[in-house]
Amino acid sequence: MPRPEIQKYKQHADVSDYPKGTVAPAGYLVTDSSGWRSERPALDINLCKGCFRCYLFCPDASIEKLGKKVGIDLRFCKGCGICSVECKFGAIKMVKENI
Amino acid sequence: MINISDEEYFIGHKACAGCGGSIAVRLALKVLGARSLVAVPAGCISAVSFIYPQMAFNVNSIISTFAGTASMLSGMAAGAKALGLSDYHVVGFAGDGGTVDIGIQALSGAIDRHEKIIYICYDNEGYMNTGVQQSGATPKSAKTTTTPVGSNMRGSATGKKNMFEIVAANGIDYAATASIGYPEDYLNKVSRAASVNGTSYIHVLSPCPTGWGFNERECIQLAREAVDSGLWALAEYSNGEFALSRKPTAFKPVKEYLARQSRFKHLEATEISAAEAERDAYWERIRKNWKVKGDGHVKI
Amino acid sequence: MSGANNKRFISGNEAVAEGVRLARPHVISAYPITPQTTVVERLADMVADGSLKTEFMYVESEHSALSALIGASAMGARTFTATSSQGLLYMAECLHYASGGRFPIVMMNANRSVALPWNILGDQRDSLSLLDSGWIQAYAADAQEALDFTIQAFAIAEHSDVLTPFMVNLDGFVLTHTYEAVSLPSQEDVDKFLPKFVTANKLDLDSPKSLGFTAGAGDNTEFKYLQHKAMQSAPGVINETELRFNSIFKRERRGLLESYLADDAEYIIITLGSVAGTVKTVVDALRAQGIKAGLVRLRYIRPFPAKEIAQICENAKAIGVLEKDISFGYEGTVYTNVKSALFDAGIIKPSHNFVAGLGGRDIPREDIFKIFNILSTRGDREEKVHFVGLKQK
Repeated sequence: MPRPEIQKYKQHADVSDYPKGTVAPAGYLVTDSSGWRSERPALDINLCKGCFRCYLFCPDASIEKLGKKVGIDLRFCKGCGICSVECKFGAIKMVKENI
Repeated sequence: MINISDEEYFIGHKACAGCGGSIAVRLALKVLGARSLVAVPAGCISAVSFIYPQMAFNVNSIISTFAGTASMLSGMAAGAKALGLSDYHVVGFAGDGGTVDIGIQALSGAIDRHEKIIYICYDNEGYMNTGVQQSGATPKSAKTTTTPVGSNMRGSATGKKNMFEIVAANGIDYAATASIGYPEDYLNKVSRAASVNGTSYIHVLSPCPTGWGFNERECIQLAREAVDSGLWALAEYSNGEFALSRKPTAFKPVKEYLARQSRFKHLEATEISAAEAERDAYWERIRKNWKVKGDGHVKI
Repeated sequence: MSGANNKRFISGNEAVAEGVRLARPHVISAYPITPQTTVVERLADMVADGSLKTEFMYVESEHSALSALIGASAMGARTFTATSSQGLLYMAECLHYASGGRFPIVMMNANRSVALPWNILGDQRDSLSLLDSGWIQAYAADAQEALDFTIQAFAIAEHSDVLTPFMVNLDGFVLTHTYEAVSLPSQEDVDKFLPKFVTANKLDLDSPKSLGFTAGAGDNTEFKYLQHKAMQSAPGVINETELRFNSIFKRERRGLLESYLADDAEYIIITLGSVAGTVKTVVDALRAQGIKAGLVRLRYIRPFPAKEIAQICENAKAIGVLEKDISFGYEGTVYTNVKSALFDAGIIKPSHNFVAGLGGRDIPREDIFKIFNILSTRGDREEKVHFVGLKQK
């Protein structure tokens, strides 16, 4: 599966719930970063040429390849805006997030 | 264009918005793949990716001791070999502080032993995780929290340690400089490093919006401009030979690159000219002695 | 040949090397420091002649020696290194790293004085200053015990109830470099004794893991508590391991401590390491004179045999702790631990601390006689901490 799901996680209630050693499953995610952003990327799919530059440059893996175009996975998007700058076709604009 | 995996091996981390280092890590893992064994020392990347129980590395990964990333990688390689494992990459992602300063001794030892490891230094030019203090990779005149600007001090008094040439002199099997502003070049170099039967080192410039003082959306632009202004040369080294990755004809003005970052906003005209002169002297030396890849004479 | 014990005339260090060879570690890291050097030299000989098959790493510092082993242990490999004093302290952060990460690394430490001033001879300040680093610490009395501890260390450390790194201590020079006849077990018997190292605490290409992570204020205490509990489980595992070991290799020694004529003793010296041999001869001499002297030798300092000490000292008239260290401004660390055990058991006795052997200073029989004399004549005097043999006019 290309990108991990966010797990339902309940804080351990007893010390015996903890692992023996500092060892945990890799790629185990319990929270997202969507609350960080004050702006979000808005994608105009008609302008997207499928060059995947935005996908390449996203620090938070928030752009995914959907066939020949891209889609935005907002769970971990922090609203940095790199995608909007690096898109040569103006397909992504940053808009104010609903806070 | 190099083929990279669609899988996301670095996701869900708590790095700053627009973090250059996280781009460097995410992209490298798309080349190295699911059977990567990763070590990351104290620094930005480890601090934001291993907060129990949230593990942002979607591959085998361990935080290494700050001074011991290269030795930990060496141990991982030895353990994997002793246990008869196959088809894996042992790779470290260390910051500049953890590489050029506290980590340099262990790195030197690993190179000397020709350990089969890939060492990637994501260079954000300072100890950023602890709050933007000067490191051996901080450029001259940069304002940091330990090299502030006042009547007695004008930012960092020392320039960047030349790690690329240091590892070359140490006898490394393969080394390269890269920038996240030139991702295809970086990915090709990661791929080449992965095929080396020995130690490889990649030093990838990774701008830090928080520490350098620029709007995070300009991160990739800055990573490009550092190269386009000649302040960061893209090159490779192997078997005693240095090769420039591209042959720039003209450089963008250093002044424009510096003006985009508040860590340089105090610079006077004389200091900017000095930076340009230093750039020019550096390029004069390397143009004389290094070949250019693609001109037919380079073995790398 | 099963059950056959080959006798060889070897040094304490060589005995450790033989123990390591028999335990078949996957990865060994080596950085030299006097008086550990002959351990790694001997191991190198074994690699060179093919009698030891291992990944032998020549690291460039002690910090790297242990960092490398943490990496190897994190792959699920059995690991070994050796060091001493300055080197042990250089890798100090890695000791906490290894124990907190629950990596069952085995390390031999040649007990040596710590600078400043510089001194390459034996005392116990190096390991005793790291008692809180979370490692099991055993102290060998002679070369045979050094070998036996080394083999047992892997079994104890790797046990799933323990998963704690193990430091085997040998007195610098007086034990590392002196020779005695040692029984060498056969490889076949050691293979029977030592199970393969299996752990879930490792990187796994089939099911990726993240190791060595951060645990915040909400989780950190629980990780540390589990480490504490594991150390508390160690005595049970040590006991069961020793019983198994002794039956296969025909040995007698066991227990967190060893006592000699202490049960009915009025004056007891509690000590650790090779000096116990000298104390034993003095105990014999005093007994011949009708003085009820006794000796307790601590084989392990962590875990600490608190109950056993209390039991033995219950009826004594005075207790002396003889150790080669001092916690400046206060008293020796072993003394502090012993007094705590006695206090917990409600045993308040006249006691004295004898700090001896610093910087390799010899502890002759005459000094031991003087120590027993202090115990039997000075009772509960104010001056409790004695620097034995101090030059004073």
